[in-house]
Amino acid sequence: MSELTKLTIAEAREKLRAREVTSEELTNAYIDAIEAANPTLNAYVTVTSEKARDMARRSDARYAAGEAGALEGIPLGIKDLFATEGVHTQACSHILDHFEPRYESTVTQNLWDDGAVMLGKLNMDEFAMGSSNETSYYGPVTNPWRVEGSNRNLVPGGSSGGSAASVAAMLCAGATATDTGGSIRQPAAFTGTVGIKPTYGRCSRWGIVAFASSLDQAGPITRDVRDAAIMLKSMASSDPKDTTSTDREVPDYEAAIGRSVKGMKIGIPREYRVDGMPGEIDGLWQKGIDWLRDAGAEIVDISLPHTKYALPAYYIVAPAEASSNLARYDGVRYGLRHNGKDILDMYEKTRADGFGAEVKRRIMIGTYVLSAGYYDAYYLKAQKVRTLIKRDFETVFADGVDAILTPATPSAAFEIGDAEMAADPVKMYLNDIFTVTVNMAGLPGIAVPAGLSESGLPLGLQLIGRPFDEETLFATANVVEQAAGRFTPKRWW
Amino acid sequence: MSVDLATVKRVARLSRLAVSDEEAARMEGELNTILGFVEQLDEVDVTGVEPMTSVTPMAMKKRVDQVTDGDKAADVVANAPASDEGFFLVPKVVE
Repeated sequence: MSELTKLTIAEAREKLRAREVTSEELTNAYIDAIEAANPTLNAYVTVTSEKARDMARRSDARYAAGEAGALEGIPLGIKDLFATEGVHTQACSHILDHFEPRYESTVTQNLWDDGAVMLGKLNMDEFAMGSSNETSYYGPVTNPWRVEGSNRNLVPGGSSGGSAASVAAMLCAGATATDTGGSIRQPAAFTGTVGIKPTYGRCSRWGIVAFASSLDQAGPITRDVRDAAIMLKSMASSDPKDTTSTDREVPDYEAAIGRSVKGMKIGIPREYRVDGMPGEIDGLWQKGIDWLRDAGAEIVDISLPHTKYALPAYYIVAPAEASSNLARYDGVRYGLRHNGKDILDMYEKTRADGFGAEVKRRIMIGTYVLSAGYYDAYYLKAQKVRTLIKRDFETVFADGVDAILTPATPSAAFEIGDAEMAADPVKMYLNDIFTVTVNMAGLPGIAVPAGLSESGLPLGLQLIGRPFDEETLFATANVVEQAAGRFTPKRWW
Repeated sequence: MSVDLATVKRVARLSRLAVSDEEAARMEGELNTILGFVEQLDEVDVTGVEPMTSVTPMAMKKRVDQVTDGDKAADVVANAPASDEGFFLVPKVVE
Protein backbone atom coordinates (compact mmCIF):
# COMPACT_ATOMS: atom_id res chain seq x y z
CA MET A 1 0.00 0.00 0.00
CA SER A 2 1.32 3.38 -1.00
CA GLU A 3 2.04 5.84 1.81
CA LEU A 4 -0.01 8.38 -0.13
CA THR A 5 -3.26 6.49 0.35
CA LYS A 6 -2.75 6.55 4.11
CA LEU A 7 -3.12 10.32 4.21
CA THR A 8 -6.34 11.75 5.62
CA ILE A 9 -8.10 14.42 3.58
CA ALA A 10 -6.64 17.09 5.86
CA GLU A 11 -3.11 15.68 5.50
CA ALA A 12 -3.40 15.30 1.73
CA ARG A 13 -4.78 18.83 1.46
CA GLU A 14 -1.70 20.15 3.26
CA LYS A 15 0.72 18.27 0.99
CA LEU A 16 -1.17 19.32 -2.13
CA ARG A 17 -1.19 22.95 -1.04
CA ALA A 18 2.53 22.80 -0.26
CA ARG A 19 2.99 21.23 -3.73
CA GLU A 20 4.83 18.30 -2.11
CA VAL A 21 2.59 15.92 -3.98
CA THR A 22 0.36 16.29 -7.03
CA SER A 23 -3.24 15.21 -7.29
CA GLU A 24 -2.24 13.02 -10.21
CA GLU A 25 0.23 11.12 -8.00
CA LEU A 26 -2.35 10.79 -5.25
CA THR A 27 -5.05 9.70 -7.69
CA ASN A 28 -2.77 7.14 -9.33
CA ALA A 29 -1.90 5.71 -5.91
CA TYR A 30 -5.61 5.19 -5.22
CA ILE A 31 -6.29 3.67 -8.64
CA ASP A 32 -3.44 1.20 -8.05
CA ALA A 33 -4.81 0.38 -4.60
CA ILE A 34 -8.31 -0.17 -6.00
CA GLU A 35 -7.02 -2.44 -8.77
CA ALA A 36 -5.18 -4.56 -6.23
CA ALA A 37 -7.95 -4.74 -3.62
CA ASN A 38 -11.25 -4.59 -5.45
CA PRO A 39 -11.34 -8.18 -6.74
CA THR A 40 -11.31 -9.23 -3.06
CA LEU A 41 -13.30 -6.47 -1.35
CA ASN A 42 -15.80 -5.63 -4.14
CA ALA A 43 -16.18 -2.07 -2.81
CA TYR A 44 -16.36 -0.39 -6.23
CA VAL A 45 -18.86 -1.31 -8.93
CA THR A 46 -17.24 1.04 -11.46
CA VAL A 47 -13.80 2.63 -11.44
CA THR A 48 -13.56 5.81 -13.53
CA SER A 49 -9.76 5.84 -13.86
CA GLU A 50 -9.53 8.02 -16.96
CA LYS A 51 -12.00 10.58 -15.64
CA ALA A 52 -10.15 10.59 -12.31
CA ARG A 53 -6.76 11.22 -13.92
CA ASP A 54 -8.24 13.96 -16.05
CA MET A 55 -9.86 15.65 -13.04
CA ALA A 56 -6.60 15.29 -11.10
CA ARG A 57 -4.56 16.99 -13.83
CA ARG A 58 -7.04 19.86 -13.89
CA SER A 59 -6.74 20.13 -10.10
CA ASP A 60 -2.97 20.28 -10.39
CA ALA A 61 -3.35 23.09 -12.93
CA ARG A 62 -5.61 24.98 -10.52
CA TYR A 63 -3.06 24.57 -7.71
CA ALA A 64 -0.42 25.97 -10.08
CA ALA A 65 -2.71 28.89 -10.93
CA GLY A 66 -3.50 29.56 -7.26
CA GLU A 67 -7.21 28.79 -7.79
CA ALA A 68 -7.54 25.66 -5.65
CA GLY A 69 -10.93 24.82 -4.11
CA ALA A 70 -11.60 23.42 -0.64
CA LEU A 71 -11.27 19.79 -1.78
CA GLU A 72 -8.96 20.43 -4.70
CA GLY A 73 -7.35 17.23 -5.94
CA ILE A 74 -8.79 14.96 -3.22
CA PRO A 75 -9.84 11.55 -4.65
CA LEU A 76 -13.27 10.44 -3.48
CA GLY A 77 -15.54 7.45 -3.97
CA ILE A 78 -19.23 8.04 -4.73
CA LYS A 79 -22.06 5.78 -3.60
CA ASP A 80 -23.92 4.34 -6.58
CA LEU A 81 -27.09 6.15 -5.39
CA PHE A 82 -25.82 9.57 -6.56
CA ALA A 83 -26.51 10.55 -10.15
CA THR A 84 -23.20 11.18 -11.90
CA GLU A 85 -23.46 12.45 -15.44
CA GLY A 86 -22.58 9.82 -18.02
CA VAL A 87 -21.37 7.39 -15.33
CA HIS A 88 -22.89 4.15 -13.96
CA THR A 89 -25.74 5.12 -11.58
CA GLN A 90 -27.82 2.08 -10.75
CA ALA A 91 -28.44 2.08 -6.99
CA CYS A 92 -26.81 -1.36 -7.35
CA SER A 93 -30.06 -2.70 -8.79
CA HIS A 94 -30.60 -4.89 -11.84
CA ILE A 95 -33.62 -2.78 -12.80
CA LEU A 96 -31.41 0.24 -13.57
CA ASP A 97 -29.11 -1.73 -15.90
CA HIS A 98 -26.98 0.54 -18.09
CA PHE A 99 -28.52 3.73 -16.63
CA GLU A 100 -26.21 6.69 -17.14
CA PRO A 101 -27.92 9.93 -16.14
CA ARG A 102 -27.69 13.07 -18.24
CA TYR A 103 -27.38 15.19 -15.11
CA GLU A 104 -25.31 15.44 -11.92
CA SER A 105 -26.66 15.28 -8.36
CA THR A 106 -26.33 18.52 -6.39
CA VAL A 107 -24.12 16.90 -3.73
CA THR A 108 -21.60 15.51 -6.22
CA GLN A 109 -21.66 18.73 -8.25
CA ASN A 110 -20.80 20.61 -5.02
CA LEU A 111 -17.81 18.29 -4.54
CA TRP A 112 -16.55 18.74 -8.10
CA ASP A 113 -17.05 22.52 -7.81
CA ASP A 114 -14.71 22.38 -4.80
CA GLY A 115 -12.13 20.49 -6.86
CA ALA A 116 -12.62 16.88 -5.71
CA VAL A 117 -11.67 13.97 -7.98
CA MET A 118 -14.06 11.05 -8.66
CA LEU A 119 -12.49 7.58 -8.44
CA GLY A 120 -15.64 5.64 -9.21
CA LYS A 121 -18.99 4.39 -7.94
CA LEU A 122 -19.31 2.42 -4.74
CA ASN A 123 -21.23 -0.75 -4.00
CA MET A 124 -24.29 -0.58 -1.74
CA ASP A 125 -27.41 -2.49 -0.78
CA GLU A 126 -29.92 -2.39 -3.64
CA PHE A 127 -31.80 0.94 -3.47
CA ALA A 128 -30.12 1.46 -0.06
CA MET A 129 -32.34 -1.25 1.47
CA GLY A 130 -30.20 -3.37 3.74
CA SER A 131 -27.80 -3.38 6.66
CA SER A 132 -25.09 -5.69 5.31
CA ASN A 133 -24.53 -4.77 1.65
CA GLU A 134 -25.69 -8.29 0.78
CA THR A 135 -28.73 -7.13 -1.23
CA SER A 136 -26.57 -5.51 -3.94
CA TYR A 137 -27.06 -6.86 -7.45
CA TYR A 138 -23.26 -6.66 -7.68
CA GLY A 139 -22.65 -9.00 -4.77
CA PRO A 140 -21.65 -8.33 -1.18
CA VAL A 141 -18.79 -6.07 -0.11
CA THR A 142 -16.19 -7.66 2.15
CA ASN A 143 -15.27 -5.79 5.31
CA PRO A 144 -11.50 -5.09 5.44
CA TRP A 145 -11.72 -6.06 9.13
CA ARG A 146 -11.55 -9.70 10.23
CA VAL A 147 -11.80 -11.37 13.60
CA GLU A 148 -8.27 -11.81 14.93
CA GLY A 149 -6.82 -15.08 13.68
CA SER A 150 -9.81 -15.82 11.44
CA ASN A 151 -10.09 -15.78 7.66
CA ARG A 152 -13.90 -15.58 7.56
CA ASN A 153 -15.37 -12.69 5.62
CA LEU A 154 -17.50 -10.16 7.45
CA VAL A 155 -20.06 -7.67 6.15
CA PRO A 156 -19.12 -3.97 6.17
CA GLY A 157 -22.68 -3.04 7.19
CA GLY A 158 -25.09 -1.27 4.92
CA SER A 159 -26.45 0.22 2.97
CA SER A 160 -23.30 2.32 2.42
CA GLY A 161 -21.08 -0.77 2.68
CA GLY A 162 -18.91 0.08 -0.31
CA SER A 163 -18.37 3.60 1.05
CA ALA A 164 -17.32 2.37 4.49
CA ALA A 165 -15.14 -0.50 3.24
CA SER A 166 -13.33 1.67 0.68
CA VAL A 167 -12.56 4.35 3.28
CA ALA A 168 -11.35 1.76 5.83
CA ALA A 169 -9.24 -0.09 3.23
CA MET A 170 -7.80 3.21 1.92
CA LEU A 171 -9.31 2.87 -1.53
CA CYS A 172 -10.46 6.52 -1.43
CA ALA A 173 -9.71 9.49 0.81
CA GLY A 174 -13.39 9.83 1.70
CA ALA A 175 -16.73 8.68 0.35
CA THR A 176 -20.24 9.97 -0.09
CA ALA A 177 -22.97 7.93 1.54
CA THR A 178 -26.66 8.20 2.38
CA ASP A 179 -28.64 7.33 5.48
CA THR A 180 -32.36 6.51 5.67
CA GLY A 181 -32.37 4.43 8.87
CA GLY A 182 -28.68 4.08 9.73
CA SER A 183 -27.01 3.48 6.36
CA ILE A 184 -24.10 5.86 7.06
CA ARG A 185 -23.62 5.29 10.78
CA GLN A 186 -23.93 1.49 10.99
CA PRO A 187 -21.35 0.74 8.25
CA ALA A 188 -19.05 3.41 9.71
CA ALA A 189 -19.27 1.64 13.08
CA PHE A 190 -18.59 -1.77 11.47
CA THR A 191 -15.42 -0.54 9.72
CA GLY A 192 -13.79 1.80 12.23
CA THR A 193 -14.62 4.89 10.17
CA VAL A 194 -16.48 8.13 10.92
CA GLY A 195 -19.90 8.74 9.39
CA ILE A 196 -22.27 11.64 9.86
CA LYS A 197 -25.89 11.87 8.83
CA PRO A 198 -26.65 15.58 8.93
CA THR A 199 -30.00 17.15 9.78
CA TYR A 200 -32.75 16.44 7.26
CA GLY A 201 -32.55 19.25 4.70
CA ARG A 202 -28.84 20.01 5.17
CA CYS A 203 -27.75 18.22 1.97
CA SER A 204 -29.83 18.46 -1.16
CA ARG A 205 -31.55 15.23 -2.18
CA TRP A 206 -31.68 16.31 -5.83
CA GLY A 207 -30.17 13.65 -8.06
CA ILE A 208 -30.00 11.02 -5.32
CA VAL A 209 -32.05 7.93 -6.17
CA ALA A 210 -34.99 8.19 -3.75
CA PHE A 211 -35.72 5.46 -1.19
CA ALA A 212 -37.86 7.11 1.54
CA SER A 213 -37.99 10.81 0.80
CA SER A 214 -38.90 12.04 4.30
CA LEU A 215 -35.94 10.13 5.82
CA ASP A 216 -33.14 10.11 3.20
CA GLN A 217 -30.09 12.30 3.85
CA ALA A 218 -26.62 12.33 2.33
CA GLY A 219 -23.44 12.56 4.37
CA PRO A 220 -19.77 11.59 4.27
CA ILE A 221 -17.86 8.54 5.54
CA THR A 222 -14.24 9.40 6.34
CA ARG A 223 -11.18 8.21 8.29
CA ASP A 224 -11.52 10.79 11.05
CA VAL A 225 -13.80 13.46 12.46
CA ARG A 226 -11.96 16.39 10.88
CA ASP A 227 -12.28 14.84 7.42
CA ALA A 228 -16.03 14.38 7.98
CA ALA A 229 -16.29 18.10 8.81
CA ILE A 230 -14.30 19.05 5.71
CA MET A 231 -16.38 16.86 3.43
CA LEU A 232 -19.77 17.81 4.86
CA LYS A 233 -18.95 21.49 4.37
CA SER A 234 -18.58 20.84 0.64
CA MET A 235 -21.54 18.45 0.32
CA ALA A 236 -24.07 20.66 2.13
CA SER A 237 -25.84 23.54 0.41
CA SER A 238 -29.14 25.30 -0.07
CA ASP A 239 -30.65 24.02 -3.27
CA PRO A 240 -33.62 25.50 -5.13
CA LYS A 241 -34.00 22.10 -6.83
CA ASP A 242 -34.90 20.41 -3.51
CA THR A 243 -37.84 22.08 -1.77
CA THR A 244 -36.89 20.41 1.53
CA SER A 245 -33.36 21.80 1.48
CA THR A 246 -32.65 24.39 4.16
CA ASP A 247 -31.83 28.04 3.46
CA ARG A 248 -29.39 28.19 6.38
CA GLU A 249 -25.79 29.08 5.64
CA VAL A 250 -23.38 26.15 5.77
CA PRO A 251 -21.14 26.72 8.82
CA ASP A 252 -17.40 26.14 8.86
CA TYR A 253 -17.68 22.71 10.47
CA GLU A 254 -13.93 22.24 10.71
CA ALA A 255 -13.74 25.19 13.11
CA ALA A 256 -15.75 23.08 15.61
CA ILE A 257 -12.95 20.48 15.83
CA GLY A 258 -11.08 21.08 19.07
CA ARG A 259 -13.85 23.26 20.50
CA SER A 260 -14.19 22.57 24.23
CA VAL A 261 -17.10 20.51 25.52
CA LYS A 262 -16.70 21.96 29.01
CA GLY A 263 -20.10 22.63 30.54
CA MET A 264 -21.97 20.86 27.75
CA LYS A 265 -24.84 18.63 28.84
CA ILE A 266 -24.61 15.15 27.36
CA GLY A 267 -27.76 13.05 27.67
CA ILE A 268 -27.62 9.30 28.24
CA PRO A 269 -30.99 7.81 27.23
CA ARG A 270 -31.98 4.93 29.49
CA GLU A 271 -34.16 3.35 26.78
CA TYR A 272 -31.07 2.58 24.70
CA ARG A 273 -29.91 0.06 27.31
CA VAL A 274 -31.77 -2.71 25.50
CA ASP A 275 -32.32 -6.28 26.66
CA GLY A 276 -29.58 -8.64 25.65
CA MET A 277 -27.10 -5.86 24.86
CA PRO A 278 -23.61 -7.39 24.80
CA GLY A 279 -21.43 -6.40 27.75
CA GLU A 280 -18.76 -5.02 25.44
CA ILE A 281 -21.24 -2.55 23.91
CA ASP A 282 -22.32 -1.43 27.36
CA GLY A 283 -18.66 -1.15 28.40
CA LEU A 284 -17.84 0.95 25.35
CA TRP A 285 -20.76 3.25 26.10
CA GLN A 286 -19.49 3.71 29.66
CA LYS A 287 -16.04 4.56 28.33
CA GLY A 288 -17.56 7.22 26.09
CA ILE A 289 -19.42 8.67 29.08
CA ASP A 290 -16.17 8.80 31.07
CA TRP A 291 -14.23 10.46 28.24
CA LEU A 292 -16.80 13.20 27.82
CA ARG A 293 -17.05 13.72 31.58
CA ASP A 294 -13.25 13.94 31.84
CA ALA A 295 -13.34 16.58 29.10
CA GLY A 296 -15.63 18.69 31.27
CA ALA A 297 -19.08 17.76 30.00
CA GLU A 298 -21.95 17.23 32.40
CA ILE A 299 -23.51 13.79 32.03
CA VAL A 300 -27.27 13.59 32.58
CA ASP A 301 -29.63 10.63 32.50
CA ILE A 302 -32.49 11.26 30.12
CA SER A 303 -35.57 9.42 28.93
CA LEU A 304 -36.78 9.07 25.34
CA PRO A 305 -39.86 6.99 26.10
CA HIS A 306 -40.95 6.19 22.54
CA THR A 307 -37.56 4.79 21.45
CA LYS A 308 -38.76 1.20 21.11
CA TYR A 309 -41.48 2.24 18.67
CA ALA A 310 -39.11 3.94 16.23
CA LEU A 311 -38.10 0.79 14.37
CA PRO A 312 -41.64 -0.59 13.89
CA ALA A 313 -42.86 2.87 12.80
CA TYR A 314 -39.90 3.08 10.42
CA TYR A 315 -40.89 -0.25 8.84
CA ILE A 316 -44.22 1.29 7.91
CA VAL A 317 -43.09 4.77 6.83
CA ALA A 318 -39.98 3.76 4.86
CA PRO A 319 -41.57 0.93 2.81
CA ALA A 320 -44.66 3.09 2.17
CA GLU A 321 -42.53 5.87 0.71
CA ALA A 322 -40.34 3.35 -1.11
CA SER A 323 -43.30 1.63 -2.77
CA SER A 324 -44.34 5.00 -4.14
CA ASN A 325 -40.83 6.13 -5.16
CA LEU A 326 -40.03 2.83 -6.87
CA ALA A 327 -43.20 2.88 -8.96
CA ARG A 328 -41.18 4.75 -11.59
CA TYR A 329 -39.18 1.64 -12.50
CA ASP A 330 -41.57 0.27 -15.08
CA GLY A 331 -39.42 -0.77 -18.02
CA VAL A 332 -40.46 2.28 -20.02
CA ARG A 333 -38.20 5.21 -19.20
CA TYR A 334 -34.90 3.64 -18.20
CA GLY A 335 -33.15 0.43 -17.34
CA LEU A 336 -34.30 -3.13 -17.70
CA ARG A 337 -37.30 -4.22 -19.75
CA HIS A 338 -38.87 -7.62 -20.27
CA ASN A 339 -41.53 -7.80 -22.94
CA GLY A 340 -44.88 -9.31 -22.05
CA LYS A 341 -48.17 -10.07 -23.69
CA ASP A 342 -49.48 -6.61 -22.79
CA ILE A 343 -48.25 -3.53 -20.95
CA LEU A 344 -49.26 -4.82 -17.51
CA ASP A 345 -47.46 -8.08 -18.15
CA MET A 346 -44.42 -6.07 -19.27
CA TYR A 347 -44.45 -4.04 -16.03
CA GLU A 348 -44.84 -7.11 -13.85
CA LYS A 349 -42.17 -9.19 -15.56
CA THR A 350 -39.71 -6.29 -15.64
CA ARG A 351 -40.18 -5.47 -11.97
CA ALA A 352 -40.19 -9.12 -10.88
CA ASP A 353 -36.83 -9.71 -12.51
CA GLY A 354 -35.32 -6.26 -11.91
CA PHE A 355 -35.86 -5.97 -8.16
CA GLY A 356 -34.16 -8.23 -5.62
CA ALA A 357 -35.95 -10.05 -2.78
CA GLU A 358 -35.49 -7.37 -0.10
CA VAL A 359 -36.66 -4.56 -2.38
CA LYS A 360 -39.74 -6.57 -3.41
CA ARG A 361 -40.49 -7.31 0.25
CA ARG A 362 -40.46 -3.59 1.06
CA ILE A 363 -42.52 -2.63 -1.98
CA MET A 364 -45.09 -5.24 -0.92
CA ILE A 365 -45.20 -4.01 2.69
CA GLY A 366 -45.45 -0.42 1.51
CA THR A 367 -48.21 -1.17 -0.96
CA TYR A 368 -50.11 -3.13 1.67
CA VAL A 369 -49.95 -0.45 4.39
CA LEU A 370 -51.06 2.23 1.92
CA SER A 371 -53.84 0.13 0.38
CA ALA A 372 -57.52 0.91 0.80
CA GLY A 373 -58.73 0.28 4.33
CA TYR A 374 -55.26 0.02 5.92
CA TYR A 375 -53.90 3.55 5.51
CA ASP A 376 -55.17 4.85 8.88
CA ALA A 377 -54.24 1.72 10.81
CA TYR A 378 -50.65 1.67 9.57
CA TYR A 379 -49.31 4.75 7.81
CA LEU A 380 -51.27 7.42 9.69
CA LYS A 381 -50.60 5.70 12.99
CA ALA A 382 -46.87 5.47 12.23
CA GLN A 383 -46.71 9.17 11.35
CA LYS A 384 -48.38 9.96 14.69
CA VAL A 385 -45.85 7.81 16.52
CA ARG A 386 -43.18 9.69 14.62
CA THR A 387 -44.50 12.95 16.07
CA LEU A 388 -44.12 11.42 19.55
CA ILE A 389 -40.56 10.26 18.82
CA LYS A 390 -39.60 13.75 17.70
CA ARG A 391 -41.32 15.25 20.75
CA ASP A 392 -39.18 13.04 23.04
CA PHE A 393 -36.06 14.63 21.58
CA GLU A 394 -37.51 18.16 21.66
CA THR A 395 -38.27 17.74 25.35
CA VAL A 396 -34.71 16.78 26.31
CA PHE A 397 -33.19 19.48 24.12
CA ALA A 398 -35.54 22.04 25.72
CA ASP A 399 -34.22 20.86 29.09
CA GLY A 400 -30.75 21.99 28.02
CA VAL A 401 -29.21 18.78 26.67
CA ASP A 402 -26.64 19.64 23.99
CA ALA A 403 -26.04 16.17 22.58
CA ILE A 404 -27.01 12.56 23.28
CA LEU A 405 -24.51 9.70 23.50
CA THR A 406 -25.54 6.15 22.55
CA PRO A 407 -23.93 3.03 21.08
CA ALA A 408 -23.97 3.11 17.26
CA THR A 409 -24.89 -0.55 16.73
CA PRO A 410 -26.03 -3.44 18.95
CA SER A 411 -23.05 -5.60 17.86
CA ALA A 412 -19.83 -5.65 15.85
CA ALA A 413 -19.80 -6.74 12.19
CA PHE A 414 -21.25 -10.19 11.48
CA GLU A 415 -20.38 -12.78 8.85
CA ILE A 416 -21.44 -12.62 5.23
CA GLY A 417 -24.35 -15.03 4.83
CA ASP A 418 -25.30 -15.01 8.53
CA ALA A 419 -27.99 -17.69 8.62
CA GLU A 420 -30.16 -16.13 11.34
CA MET A 421 -30.37 -12.78 9.60
CA ALA A 422 -31.03 -14.36 6.23
CA ALA A 423 -33.90 -16.38 7.71
CA ASP A 424 -35.59 -13.50 9.54
CA PRO A 425 -35.80 -10.04 7.94
CA VAL A 426 -36.68 -8.45 11.30
CA LYS A 427 -33.40 -9.71 12.78
CA MET A 428 -31.52 -7.79 10.09
CA TYR A 429 -33.69 -4.71 10.69
CA LEU A 430 -32.66 -4.67 14.38
CA ASN A 431 -29.18 -3.53 13.30
CA ASP A 432 -30.65 -0.04 13.01
CA ILE A 433 -32.23 0.03 16.46
CA PHE A 434 -29.97 2.84 17.76
CA THR A 435 -29.78 4.86 14.55
CA VAL A 436 -33.31 4.86 13.16
CA THR A 437 -34.79 7.22 15.80
CA VAL A 438 -32.52 9.96 14.45
CA ASN A 439 -33.96 9.68 10.93
CA MET A 440 -37.50 9.55 12.26
CA ALA A 441 -36.86 12.86 14.07
CA GLY A 442 -34.79 14.41 11.25
CA LEU A 443 -31.83 15.04 13.59
CA PRO A 444 -28.09 14.93 12.91
CA GLY A 445 -26.17 11.88 14.14
CA ILE A 446 -22.50 10.93 13.95
CA ALA A 447 -20.87 7.52 14.42
CA VAL A 448 -17.30 7.62 15.69
CA PRO A 449 -15.01 4.63 16.34
CA ALA A 450 -14.50 4.14 20.07
CA GLY A 451 -12.76 0.81 20.54
CA LEU A 452 -12.40 -2.81 19.52
CA SER A 453 -14.55 -5.76 20.48
CA GLU A 454 -13.10 -8.76 22.32
CA SER A 455 -12.57 -10.38 18.92
CA GLY A 456 -10.72 -7.33 17.61
CA LEU A 457 -13.47 -5.73 15.53
CA PRO A 458 -14.25 -2.00 15.57
CA LEU A 459 -17.17 -0.66 17.61
CA GLY A 460 -18.66 2.81 17.38
CA LEU A 461 -20.49 5.33 19.51
CA GLN A 462 -23.20 7.63 18.23
CA LEU A 463 -23.75 11.27 19.13
CA ILE A 464 -27.13 12.83 18.34
CA GLY A 465 -27.54 16.60 18.11
CA ARG A 466 -30.11 19.35 17.91
CA PRO A 467 -31.44 20.17 14.43
CA PHE A 468 -28.69 21.88 12.38
CA ASP A 469 -26.19 21.70 15.23
CA GLU A 470 -23.70 19.43 13.48
CA GLU A 471 -20.94 21.57 14.99
CA THR A 472 -21.61 20.21 18.48
CA LEU A 473 -21.40 16.70 17.04
CA PHE A 474 -18.00 17.40 15.51
CA ALA A 475 -16.77 18.89 18.80
CA THR A 476 -17.99 15.99 20.94
CA ALA A 477 -17.02 13.27 18.45
CA ASN A 478 -13.55 14.76 18.36
CA VAL A 479 -13.28 14.28 22.14
CA VAL A 480 -14.21 10.61 21.73
CA GLU A 481 -11.72 10.23 18.87
CA GLN A 482 -8.91 11.89 20.83
CA ALA A 483 -9.51 9.53 23.74
CA ALA A 484 -10.11 6.34 21.75
CA GLY A 485 -7.55 6.80 18.98
CA ARG A 486 -8.00 5.70 15.39
CA PHE A 487 -8.44 2.13 14.20
CA THR A 488 -7.19 0.67 10.93
CA PRO A 489 -7.53 -2.92 9.72
CA LYS A 490 -4.46 -5.10 9.24
CA ARG A 491 -4.07 -5.64 5.55
CA TRP A 492 -4.84 -9.22 4.40
CA TRP A 493 -6.37 -8.54 0.98
CA MET B 1 -53.63 -8.21 11.23
CA SER B 2 -52.07 -10.84 9.02
CA VAL B 3 -52.13 -11.51 5.31
CA ASP B 4 -53.18 -14.69 3.53
CA LEU B 5 -52.01 -16.00 0.17
CA ALA B 6 -54.83 -14.28 -1.73
CA THR B 7 -53.91 -10.93 -0.15
CA VAL B 8 -50.26 -11.44 -1.06
CA LYS B 9 -51.23 -12.02 -4.66
CA ARG B 10 -53.55 -9.00 -4.67
CA VAL B 11 -50.81 -6.76 -3.21
CA ALA B 12 -48.31 -8.15 -5.74
CA ARG B 13 -50.71 -7.18 -8.50
CA LEU B 14 -51.09 -3.67 -7.03
CA SER B 15 -47.27 -3.50 -6.81
CA ARG B 16 -46.91 -4.62 -10.43
CA LEU B 17 -44.75 -7.56 -9.41
CA ALA B 18 -45.18 -10.94 -11.06
CA VAL B 19 -44.94 -13.62 -8.34
CA SER B 20 -44.94 -17.38 -8.66
CA ASP B 21 -47.02 -19.47 -6.24
CA GLU B 22 -43.83 -20.51 -4.51
CA GLU B 23 -42.68 -16.90 -4.08
CA ALA B 24 -46.10 -15.82 -2.88
CA ALA B 25 -46.06 -18.54 -0.23
CA ARG B 26 -42.62 -17.43 0.98
CA MET B 27 -43.69 -13.78 0.98
CA GLU B 28 -46.76 -14.62 3.04
CA GLY B 29 -44.54 -15.77 5.88
CA GLU B 30 -42.11 -12.85 5.58
CA LEU B 31 -44.79 -10.21 5.37
CA ASN B 32 -46.56 -11.65 8.40
CA THR B 33 -43.31 -11.59 10.36
CA ILE B 34 -42.86 -7.90 9.53
CA LEU B 35 -46.51 -7.03 10.16
CA GLY B 36 -46.29 -8.88 13.46
CA PHE B 37 -43.27 -6.77 14.37
CA VAL B 38 -44.97 -3.46 13.59
CA GLU B 39 -48.03 -4.48 15.60
CA GLN B 40 -46.17 -3.17 18.68
CA LEU B 41 -47.45 0.25 17.68
CA ASP B 42 -50.88 -0.77 18.97
CA GLU B 43 -49.50 -0.19 22.48
CA VAL B 44 -49.00 3.52 21.79
CA ASP B 45 -51.77 5.95 22.67
CA VAL B 46 -51.90 8.46 19.83
CA THR B 47 -55.13 10.17 20.85
CA GLY B 48 -54.94 13.83 19.86
CA VAL B 49 -51.48 13.45 18.29
CA GLU B 50 -50.98 15.12 14.92
CA PRO B 51 -49.40 12.91 12.26
CA MET B 52 -46.00 14.18 11.15
CA THR B 53 -46.09 15.87 7.78
CA SER B 54 -42.69 17.58 7.81
CA VAL B 55 -39.76 16.49 9.91
CA THR B 56 -38.25 19.98 10.07
CA PRO B 57 -40.58 22.92 10.54
CA MET B 58 -40.32 24.71 7.24
CA ALA B 59 -42.57 26.36 4.73
CA MET B 60 -42.57 24.75 1.31
CA LYS B 61 -40.28 26.71 -0.97
CA LYS B 62 -41.84 28.09 -4.10
CA ARG B 63 -39.93 28.92 -7.21
CA VAL B 64 -40.63 31.78 -9.56
CA ASP B 65 -43.34 30.84 -12.05
CA GLN B 66 -41.26 30.85 -15.18
CA VAL B 67 -39.93 28.33 -17.66
CA THR B 68 -36.45 27.27 -16.54
CA ASP B 69 -36.08 23.92 -18.25
CA GLY B 70 -37.05 22.11 -21.42
CA ASP B 71 -35.94 21.16 -24.92
CA LYS B 72 -34.39 17.99 -23.55
CA ALA B 73 -36.36 15.29 -25.34
CA ALA B 74 -33.16 13.55 -26.44
CA ASP B 75 -31.82 13.52 -22.87
CA VAL B 76 -35.15 12.32 -21.50
CA VAL B 77 -35.34 9.28 -23.78
CA ALA B 78 -31.58 8.61 -23.81
CA ASN B 79 -31.88 5.79 -21.28
CA ALA B 80 -35.15 4.32 -22.51
CA PRO B 81 -35.11 0.64 -23.51
CA ALA B 82 -37.20 1.55 -26.57
CA SER B 83 -37.86 4.99 -28.07
CA ASP B 84 -38.51 6.59 -31.43
CA GLU B 85 -38.10 10.23 -32.40
CA GLY B 86 -38.32 11.52 -28.84
CA PHE B 87 -41.19 9.21 -27.77
CA PHE B 88 -41.16 6.23 -25.41
CA LEU B 89 -42.30 3.03 -27.07
CA VAL B 90 -44.62 0.74 -25.12
CA PRO B 91 -46.75 -2.29 -26.02
CA LYS B 92 -50.10 -1.41 -27.53
CA VAL B 93 -52.51 -0.24 -24.80
CA VAL B 94 -55.55 0.75 -26.92
CA GLU B 95 -57.29 -1.73 -29.18
